[in-house]
Amino acid sequence: MDFDQKTGCLKLGETLDAAEVAKPWDLLSGDAPLRQVDATALKTCDGAGLAFLWSLRKEKRAVIEGLGPGIVARLKPFEQLPDKAAEAPGRDESFLVHIGHATSRILADARCHIAFIGDFTVTALACVANPRLVRWTDMWMIAQRAGVNALVVAGMVSFLTGMIMAFQSAVPLRQFGVDIFVVNLVALALLRELGPIMTAVVLAGRSGSAFAAEIGTMKVNEEIDALVTMGIEPMRFLVVPRVMAGFLVTPVLTIYANALGVAGGFVVMMTQGFPFMALWNQLVGAVGVSDVLTGLIKSLVFGVLIAGVGCLSGLQTGNGASAVGLSTTRAVVSSIFLIVVVDAVFAAIFYVFQW
Amino acid sequence: MVKPIIEVRDLTAAYGELVILENVSFDVLRGEVFVILGGSGCGKSTLMKGLIGLLPPTHGRILIDGGDIHAASGAERAALLKKFGVTYQSGALFGSLTLEENVMLAMEEFTRLPFEARRLVARMKLSLVGLERFSGHFPSEVSGGMQKRAAIARAMALDPEVLFLDEPSAGLDPVTSAGLDELIRSLNKNLGVTFVIVSHELASIYAVADRVIMLDQNKKGILAEGAPADLRDHNTDPFVHAFFHREVAEA
Repeated sequence: MDFDQKTGCLKLGETLDAAEVAKPWDLLSGDAPLRQVDATALKTCDGAGLAFLWSLRKEKRAVIEGLGPGIVARLKPFEQLPDKAAEAPGRDESFLVHIGHATSRILADARCHIAFIGDFTVTALACVANPRLVRWTDMWMIAQRAGVNALVVAGMVSFLTGMIMAFQSAVPLRQFGVDIFVVNLVALALLRELGPIMTAVVLAGRSGSAFAAEIGTMKVNEEIDALVTMGIEPMRFLVVPRVMAGFLVTPVLTIYANALGVAGGFVVMMTQGFPFMALWNQLVGAVGVSDVLTGLIKSLVFGVLIAGVGCLSGLQTGNGASAVGLSTTRAVVSSIFLIVVVDAVFAAIFYVFQW
Repeated sequence: MVKPIIEVRDLTAAYGELVILENVSFDVLRGEVFVILGGSGCGKSTLMKGLIGLLPPTHGRILIDGGDIHAASGAERAALLKKFGVTYQSGALFGSLTLEENVMLAMEEFTRLPFEARRLVARMKLSLVGLERFSGHFPSEVSGGMQKRAAIARAMALDPEVLFLDEPSAGLDPVTSAGLDELIRSLNKNLGVTFVIVSHELASIYAVADRVIMLDQNKKGILAEGAPADLRDHNTDPFVHAFFHREVAEA
């Protein structure tokens, strides 16, 4: 393939394919003085070559000479192809329309959340009234996946957090000669706040996302539609066992995480020379039943929240694999955000009631 | 004589210990529409997986244009893969990409064409399957038949010599299915593309196939081979007869 700058003539070779056409395409899109295309030698041409010839014809920048009848015939089906690509509906919208659509989506989302909570409450009450409605086998299996399988992660995170807090607080407290109060700090922070929150975050990442992905995939595969048409409520079949599992597992995991977190703090203090019994007595004196219950009450709510948000995100999944990914992300992000919001509400309530 | 573009020689395919196909040999000629048919579980999809390089044979060879897809590696394998396109039963379009972007994807990876050129080629491919107006739509925004046609356009992005279609008519109404058959015929006639189709839709087979092979689960191989009308009218095997006359086969 040769291009003569003086005459503006592009002489095509025997083949015009995707590999060959990149260079002449630059001529077409640039300011080169392309006036004539000599296609006498051209024998074979692929889709990319045809696209180049089609563009030449449409733009009428150059005269094409010597085009064989075979290639002319292959260009024929594209005679009616419009110059510009068709615009997809609704994607070229003004700012105001965009805001309108966004608001409408938020309202529809809020309505969907309220409907979900209402529907879940009714179904859960029906299950309480008639426990045979609950799919217990599913519930225990989900509880095992969400709970037992999370023991290592939740335990490690908590144990290391306890150690980190002990290391960080030991130095400033030693300056005042009150190193032993590290136990108070670690225990109270873990039992009241960090234990439940960290466990909830681990569960949101592990189980909330799994619920969303599992139900989302079922939605994409029309399995949810199949349940509905079989007369089985997805809420009872899918959501109730998961929320129950979350409700049961989260407090248990929280107690376990709290214990390991405090153990992490103890390990650090024992390396500083404190005997175990001294630490234990300090712990018993510092921590009351209300501190333990505070964390547990929160964890119950967190469990329901994580499982509920995971299931709702799954049920709201759109079409295609990317929709499942979006649901999973939404489940994790919404869960973590709501965990913090609910924790703040609890903090205010406990403050008011001096708990 | 027309040279075969696909040569299958003594192919044995298995999943672990479970042998599905044994010593299967056949040729697909350049420019023909070749249909693989048979009852459920006879190994159609296994054979298709072998042909497109997804399931290595336990014995035998599969040559595409003289190159062994399973023995080739690196650049040789990449060159062989460019010779064929595949469309799957579900269409398998990428849901996060528009139809146009789906078609452009392979060009983005394997050519150095500028964006506008890739876009134009994609539009031309989509216009060949009658979807130019829907180039900016996402797969979820078009019908099942349109998705199948878009999948064919995507498979044709790099101008392959062979197109493998897995159950193209599955789930389509007769009118849409007939339209798809017509499209296959026109692409075969106008572009010279060789088609290898897995199907058991009789109407489609009569409409498009030049030659068929019929696989059998018990034989683990080819039960019958020939033009569909010949098999219907002249083959004496009870299963082939039952298949082509839509009768209940004897056990």
